[in-house]
Amino acid sequence: MKRYGSTQALCGVDFSVPAGTILGLLGPNGAGKTTAVRILTTLAVPDAGRGTVAGFDVVRQPGEVRRHIGVAAQDATLDPLLTGRQNLVLVGELSDMGRAAARARASELLAQFELTDAADRVLKGYSGGMRRRLDLAASMMTRPPVLFLDEPTTGLDPTSRSRVWDAIRDLLGDGVTVLLTTQYLDEADALAHRIVVVDHGRVIADGTPLELKEASRSAHLEVTLSEPNAGAVGAIAPLVAGKVHVLDDGRRLSAGVDASTGLATAVVRALDAAGVLVDNIEVRQPSLDDVFFSLTGGHIVEEVTDGEADADGVSRADGRASGADGSADGAAAGTYSGNGHKQAESMEGVRS
Amino acid sequence: MTTTTLIPPVGFSPPRSKGALVGRVADVWAMTRRNLVHISREPMQLSDVTLQPVLFTILFVYIFGGAIPIPGGGSYVDYLLAGMLALNLVTSTMGTAVGLSTDLHEGMIDRFRALPMWRSAVLVGRSMADLLTSCLCALIVGITGLAVGWRPGANYISIVGGFLLVLFFAYALTWIAACVGLNSKSPESAASFGFIVLFPMTFVSNALVPTAHMPGWMQAIANWNPVSAVVAGTRVLWGNPNPSGRIQVWPMQHPVWAALIWSVVLLAIFAPLAAHFFKRRTTE
Repeated sequence: MKRYGSTQALCGVDFSVPAGTILGLLGPNGAGKTTAVRILTTLAVPDAGRGTVAGFDVVRQPGEVRRHIGVAAQDATLDPLLTGRQNLVLVGELSDMGRAAARARASELLAQFELTDAADRVLKGYSGGMRRRLDLAASMMTRPPVLFLDEPTTGLDPTSRSRVWDAIRDLLGDGVTVLLTTQYLDEADALAHRIVVVDHGRVIADGTPLELKEASRSAHLEVTLSEPNAGAVGAIAPLVAGKVHVLDDGRRLSAGVDASTGLATAVVRALDAAGVLVDNIEVRQPSLDDVFFSLTGGHIVEEVTDGEADADGVSRADGRASGADGSADGAAAGTYSGNGHKQAESMEGVRS
Repeated sequence: MTTTTLIPPVGFSPPRSKGALVGRVADVWAMTRRNLVHISREPMQLSDVTLQPVLFTILFVYIFGGAIPIPGGGSYVDYLLAGMLALNLVTSTMGTAVGLSTDLHEGMIDRFRALPMWRSAVLVGRSMADLLTSCLCALIVGITGLAVGWRPGANYISIVGGFLLVLFFAYALTWIAACVGLNSKSPESAASFGFIVLFPMTFVSNALVPTAHMPGWMQAIANWNPVSAVVAGTRVLWGNPNPSGRIQVWPMQHPVWAALIWSVVLLAIFAPLAAHFFKRRTTE
């Protein structure tokens, strides 16, 4: 658990990452992802609860934890006045690598991330994608067994993004354990073995990408009738979850459905029995997006604006330059009561 | 209850931890070099320790020099140079405040904090880099002084001692500057420390003009101002005119001791305080 002033940024987040796997920590802005990462990387001290990284307690053995982790944080954490190479060597030296070893490793990583040409240029002249790749390289200087990548592709163009993805996939071959936070569902889907969805500082879903999609009951039924029929709604109402929406002058019916096994057959039979002619029937399986939106109550946009509005309040509370993270967390608490009901529903949906 | 576990693969051996002291020295040295690289990237940052001493020395000697009689005799340039050294070194400590404040406002500090390094190396490395630039500044003041007619009247050891006295005091001041930088909202507000504290502190002293003409209350401040003790002590060590020696207050009678005591006391108070502020600013 973690509080910033009166803002509860994190409460009850439970997860573990088996060695050599990638865990995706997924959630909207302000869900508490960054707070979780800051606690596990010893940057923040939890108010309650426990975290162990590589077998070491984050509160009682922060030095050992730091010795075993690499961190690529959300905002640029390299020195803009040093060259790419100087940055890597500095990180290596401060990690007790020794100068010669740090230099050798830096050259190796610069080559691996295709930064050799820019290695001796000052960081100021780097593009966003180059900085991110250098940040990743810096996190891998000591070949740490545990890596934290906090939104490693936020703000990158598609090409840079896929390069970063490749670099992360390469890590798996080395048996590295990765905690990846992201707002992008496709990123979690593409990279993570398991996904933990957090919102408002809580875990609201946990499973493999496939499990999450199956567990979600947000499949969608759409029926197009040959002509409007008053009996159609009554016929399919028992088969769907919630209300049946009637669109297009009564020709199109739309509804959320709970389960989809054999659903189409049941719908056709019910409509046929009611004497309704059907042109088209579609049962759309949930994408990870649907899962995400149904779990988080689809308030991403709202969250972002609130986050900006709250920025002052929270950066005062934690008094740090990374106010953006803190502020997002503030927004989470701000909207908590409003979304409480919705959230409770979706949690049940996943658990049952 | 929050339980979070990350399990490492077998077979990883983290970089070996060196002995505590060796590791700390290595960290400080790495951070010192980082700050020196910063200076090399923006040489104009150095103007306050390179151009400013040359300009100020020439301006004071040629503009005020003729108009300021030294009680007890002696040339103004011989009188001035110790004060010039103090003025330049004292005001350049502002750079420490600005530099640390900048460090804290950049994301880099988070990376340092997640590394297995000695955290205070951020502070000590900064003060070491500033000490090195102060040495450069002292050298430039000395050379400029010699060029405009300053002549010390003491042996070499005593002359070097005079330089070290001011450098030690300036080093102690960097820790006050560090406290200011660690508590300021932005690098810009850290910079105001120089104009609000350091300049008045240097001017209300015997650094630039003899204190005899000042109003009584200001003389009292000037006589007990640590800058006056440092400047008078340096004048004594350099064998240059020191009219303050006639003032019957303890620091002016024993300026070298007073300067050393001031420096040690400031260091003993503000270095631990800076470490405390640094810890507070980087704990959440």
